[in-house]
Amino acid sequence: MGKRVGMEVAIAAAEAAALCKFDVASVYPITPQSHVAEHLADIVNDGRVDASFITVESEHSALSSAMGASATGARVVTATSSQGLLYMGEVMPITSSMRLPIVMLIANRAISGPINIWNDHSDIMPMRDTGWISFFAENGQEVVDMTIQAFRVGEDRRVMLPVNVNMDGFQLPHMVEPIFFPDQEEVDRFLPEYVPYATLHPDRPVSMGTLGMPEIYAEAQKAKDVAVVNSIKVVKEVWKEWEKLFGRKYEPIQSYRTRDADVALVTMGSMGETAEIAVDALRKQGVKAGLLKIKLWRPFPFAELKKAVKGIRVLAVTDRACSFGGPGGPVCSEIRSALYEESVRPAIVNYLIGLGGRDVQAEDFMEMVRRAAKGKLSEPYEFYGVRG
Amino acid sequence: MSEKKWPETWQEVNPGCMVFRPGSAAAYHTGSWRAMRPIWDNVKCIKCGVCYIYCPEGCVTEDADGFFEANLDYCKGCGICAHECWPGAIKMVNEED
Repeated sequence: MGKRVGMEVAIAAAEAAALCKFDVASVYPITPQSHVAEHLADIVNDGRVDASFITVESEHSALSSAMGASATGARVVTATSSQGLLYMGEVMPITSSMRLPIVMLIANRAISGPINIWNDHSDIMPMRDTGWISFFAENGQEVVDMTIQAFRVGEDRRVMLPVNVNMDGFQLPHMVEPIFFPDQEEVDRFLPEYVPYATLHPDRPVSMGTLGMPEIYAEAQKAKDVAVVNSIKVVKEVWKEWEKLFGRKYEPIQSYRTRDADVALVTMGSMGETAEIAVDALRKQGVKAGLLKIKLWRPFPFAELKKAVKGIRVLAVTDRACSFGGPGGPVCSEIRSALYEESVRPAIVNYLIGLGGRDVQAEDFMEMVRRAAKGKLSEPYEFYGVRG
Repeated sequence: MSEKKWPETWQEVNPGCMVFRPGSAAAYHTGSWRAMRPIWDNVKCIKCGVCYIYCPEGCVTEDADGFFEANLDYCKGCGICAHECWPGAIKMVNEED
């Protein structure tokens, strides 16, 4: 029944992909994702998986060749970060439109400029509307679990969409963590062989990536939207099955001590664990604090959010990316919009935190909760801890 | 039975907009885009085939006598053949003329 090992999370992510027996890895290295790329190359070189590693000259080529491989029916993994993800940007919506279930491991890193290699979510946020399913992992274990789940969800005939697994750069890929790995047989049972809807094959002609004129483009986009929206059912079903098999629970929004919470923090990614420490400390002081952790960013879990915020007076939503000149951080504007129609809804404050790798400690989250208790900040969104 | 050019509803769109009928692009007559059409003057034509080579639509064909003409179902009227024809045997004329 699996084994527990201490392993660098980037290596573990590649190992998880190996357990999924990928056929093709097409990756261009970039900090802080490089160890994922290097270890995938090692795995292929050592013959541990019957797979090809495509060495490419850029991320644009990495995702393009991943798409080509996926179109032939291969199980494909890629990985990137920051500028590399932006460079893949042109190909991102095509991958989802062609319904190719590629899995992408993203070591989230700030985008330039100024040039910054450290962690925040400004790389994935511009990719929000590309039609990919987006998971956000909180720790190394979740990176491994979500990588395996991603193939299963994406390849499901009811879904057929690419999935990205987001791990906070450095905070996750560069840490050595204790991680439970399922056995190969367990993964084989959970993840059957990929049976593609269609493949490029001369005996069965098919055109993929065709022209969509004004007469059909809107219908194509509607069909894609329905596919992304409906994929949440499969995500939840797969997560339930995972919990039954491996005992680790996954939910689109995970609540922590919110049953009687007055003020609840909202986090996405690795900061959830730090926020938990803050909530525990506040509870000791008699402050009714709670925490909502978003694990599924796309499709956005609207129903789950509405259920999770019941009874909460103030939400302190943290964002790790800016939307310059916009209504606040991208997570907060989603949440505000999701709750607008509700007759009873919490007050919402928005903190932009941890930008470009700025450290956020439990004490910071405690301070955020204390100040959020008023239900309003002096500005619509606050760059928490910014000097000046 | 006339075949539909595109799905009527979003429900009918194949996953990934995949097209399973080979050669279906032939059903789309790009000739409807045309504002000008090429006219060959076979007195000037030296049968070099430059028009055939340069046509981006691949719609210029050679007849039994070795002269060339455009399939007007697909010719978009881009005028590249006329531009490239160095004996000046191809003239672009307005569709209405």
